[in-house]
Amino acid sequence: MNYADLFRATLPETALEVAALVVLVVDLGLLRKAALKARLAVAALVGVAGCGAALWAVLLQGTEGLSYQGTGELLLTTGGFTAAAQVGILALTALTLMLLIDANFTRHVGEYVAVVLMAATGGLLIAAAQDLLVIFVGLELLSLGLYILTAFAKRSGKSAEAALKYYLFGGMSAAFLLFGFSYLYGITGSTNLHQILLAVYGWDAFHAAPLLYVSIVLIAAGLGFKVAAVPFYLWAPDTYEGAPAPAAAFIASVSKVASFALLIAISTAALHVFDGAHAHMIARVEIHTYLAPQPIYLGFLIPWSLILTVLSAASMVLGNLAALAQTSVRRLLAYSAIAHAGYILLGLAFFSYSSRSAVAVLYYVLTYGLTTVGAFGVVAVVERATGSDKMDAFLGLHKRNPVLAAVLLVLFLSLAGIPPLVGFWAKFNLFAAVLGVSAGPVAFGLVALAVALSAVSLYYYLQVLKRAYVMQGVDDTPIKAHPVTLAVLVGIAASVVVLGCFPALLTGWIGGFAK
Amino acid sequence: MLALLPKGRPALARWLALAVAVAGLGLAVQGFVAGMGQGRTVIVDLPWVPSMGIHFLLAADGISRVLVLLTGLAAVAGVLFSWNIELRTNEFFAFFLALIGGVYGVFLSFDLFLLFVFYEVAIVPKYFLIAIWGSTRREYAAMKLALYSFVGSAMVLIGLLAAYATAGSHSTGLIELAHAGLPVSFQMWCFPLVFTGFAILAGMWPFHTWAPTGHVAAPTAASMLLAGVVMKLGAYGCLRVGIALFPHGLDPWGFSFAGLGSWRDVFAVLAVVGIVYGALVALAQTDFKFVIGYSSVSHMGFVLLGLMTLNQIGVTGAVLQMFSHGIIAGLLFAIVGRIVYDRTHTRQFAELETMHLSKRLPFAAWAFVIAGMASMGLPGFSGFVAELQVLVGAWKVNPWWVAAAGVGIVVGVAYTWRAMQKAFFSDALPAAHVLEQEQGHPLAAITWPEVTGVALLVGVSLAVGLYPRILLDTIEPAVKALLAGGGQ
Repeated sequence: MNYADLFRATLPETALEVAALVVLVVDLGLLRKAALKARLAVAALVGVAGCGAALWAVLLQGTEGLSYQGTGELLLTTGGFTAAAQVGILALTALTLMLLIDANFTRHVGEYVAVVLMAATGGLLIAAAQDLLVIFVGLELLSLGLYILTAFAKRSGKSAEAALKYYLFGGMSAAFLLFGFSYLYGITGSTNLHQILLAVYGWDAFHAAPLLYVSIVLIAAGLGFKVAAVPFYLWAPDTYEGAPAPAAAFIASVSKVASFALLIAISTAALHVFDGAHAHMIARVEIHTYLAPQPIYLGFLIPWSLILTVLSAASMVLGNLAALAQTSVRRLLAYSAIAHAGYILLGLAFFSYSSRSAVAVLYYVLTYGLTTVGAFGVVAVVERATGSDKMDAFLGLHKRNPVLAAVLLVLFLSLAGIPPLVGFWAKFNLFAAVLGVSAGPVAFGLVALAVALSAVSLYYYLQVLKRAYVMQGVDDTPIKAHPVTLAVLVGIAASVVVLGCFPALLTGWIGGFAK
Repeated sequence: MLALLPKGRPALARWLALAVAVAGLGLAVQGFVAGMGQGRTVIVDLPWVPSMGIHFLLAADGISRVLVLLTGLAAVAGVLFSWNIELRTNEFFAFFLALIGGVYGVFLSFDLFLLFVFYEVAIVPKYFLIAIWGSTRREYAAMKLALYSFVGSAMVLIGLLAAYATAGSHSTGLIELAHAGLPVSFQMWCFPLVFTGFAILAGMWPFHTWAPTGHVAAPTAASMLLAGVVMKLGAYGCLRVGIALFPHGLDPWGFSFAGLGSWRDVFAVLAVVGIVYGALVALAQTDFKFVIGYSSVSHMGFVLLGLMTLNQIGVTGAVLQMFSHGIIAGLLFAIVGRIVYDRTHTRQFAELETMHLSKRLPFAAWAFVIAGMASMGLPGFSGFVAELQVLVGAWKVNPWWVAAAGVGIVVGVAYTWRAMQKAFFSDALPAAHVLEQEQGHPLAAITWPEVTGVALLVGVSLAVGLYPRILLDTIEPAVKALLAGGGQ
């Protein structure tokens, strides 16, 4: 135990927590009498500054990274892909805070920003965690924050309903996760990810194979809930619809990045252990099948990949098909998020030993998060002006606010995967990585399915764009957006275009984090 | 190539678009002339995504040069024939030029990946051009076209990913991939996938249904581009990617099913069916523009048939037919959509018959006679040389294909003749009071952009028809090289 090490390893988290406290003090203490606008601006500014400080702390840790060991076992690592994910989390958090600038859904600005920062802290922890307990603490910190954020529009019935649903489902899935963790601990006697995975290949876990599979299923259920994979997706449409727009953007981006960073960590660890124990395990399997005609012991990696594959295929199909039937843009974004989670899970199911898959998945999640934040930003502005998030609220948007319409065009086409926008490169990278791992019929079939379904997805994205650009509007009064909001949205759209035209920029940057 | 101009200055947008299009044509002509007698010339070669071996590689060989020239001509003519667009003029020309930019990119890409990117870039502007400025059932047609194109490109993308993974090379350059030695069994299943993906955009039967509805719904300039250039993207992809990368995909299967012994037979038969079917359906239309739309399906069948001959003369003919049909279809759509429809506001033969257009719009009538003759494939026009070459090439492979395609040509004469007669030269003599009434409401005079555009397209078609060597000298060496093994 060394507190100096702990402090250094958790410097970004600490920075965010301090910022959260500062926001509370400033907003509740100093600005009690100030106007809502001023409070929003100050709170958002402090929040963004906190993210900046945390970002600086992450970069300070360097790509080599630090690790913190508790009583002999590794709790946290930084650097590497963890750092890349953390940078993404902080940048996206800052963007969602900037979109807060002209929000009107709450008077409790300080609390809102503080909760956002605490949830982001949870995200940072998850991305860095190497221990089941830290993972769980991080997840709970993030999730509790998200439940509160969803309920923040106190005057809206939808917001309360969404928060309650989210909370109930979330509590259930956390219970599943914890249950799975407890089995894992029971089998292997450790809470450290590496120790567990090592032990899983040993003789002890071998006897407890059924229990191991149960725990893998439970864990996949718990994490599948976080990334809104089918069949654990039911909360997503309601939450995306009911939550205040900046909160929905946060849920759709930051929480996704953190959860996928965790999945990357698990898959990476499983593969690295697998590599070490491979020969060993094969020998065990042979002996075992020879001695007793019991089910073959598959270790951790194969069932893990299998269950991710199933989740992936189900999410792609259901997400894309259900999105076709939506009339609310927020619900459409929710189903499209499920579909995108399906693509990403495919990349995780066929994970490569080299860093290629990790880079591809991170690239996908980060760019997807960026695009979604922008999309929710546009939805928020339109919603404020028209009072609705139905597709018909977007009628004639190109006349009412041409800049906003252009941003929407770029972001939605990117989500559909049209080159040269970044969404296309994300997909291409990911699918190429999958085929790089396995060119067998299963991998190929799933990639073909994913590509075919992204052709389907163009239909529903065009449904929205059609209203914005093609159909006659009923109301041509201009929609005004706050200059800061507009600047953020234009910046996001511009980066989607630039990153798409120069895809090597971001892959190179993420690849630079590979240890 | 985007014209994001201030609002309320449509004239400025028009002139700027014309300037850009003419500049493009100028570059195309210059490249064509400079490239005569040369092989492949590289224009730009920059590493784009080094980790995956993707290059930003623009180059031109004979086939590219001819098609770039076609694109330049179609772009200029398209701007001229959309001179009267008043609704959201700036956006119209912005989408128009974005589409043209994508098309140029496809024809010049020598990196499979880059080619695919440009291919998809061309999809979105098409959707908006049709959906915003179109006519008959425009939203349906635009969505149908966008989804067909996107499904086609999804098939291409799957094939592309598979080829990239299988080749295991660190390059997506077309020439490198062609030399990567992809296994024959892989080529056998990847070829039909990629070929069909591209052929959807080339209007191959039975995936052609987007074409007539799309052409009819599109505004004139967009139908000119769709039929004139965008369908060629598909055919070009079939040739440049399908045939060049997967030559063994066309090998015999080793067994024969219903007379079909290889993918080559399958696609050739589909092409012939397209020729005959398109012509027959065109014969039965009551809407002037649908006639032209289905005739495009029929003429594109010749291109695909030419590609499937896999011999020098047939493939050369296919490339020439791409050029020729691009010019002629553009001209036909311009006459029907811009010159006739914008004045009479109908395309139904039943109504056109009563309007005595040969008297009231003699320019349109004579332009259509010339265009119709070119479309029928009369000697002296580019279509004749191209279709003849395709048929000669096909005869060497399978005379039955030629026999069936010959039926298509005969029907082609019939539907063109019928359209000409119904629209312009109906026999019924007008009664005196009708004539008076007509003279009281003269149709708007023919404007200079229309005359220039028609003259440009007719002139090119005649020039190529009378002296085909001007293009053939450029096409032939490139085709030879391509058939010999995926380019230089």
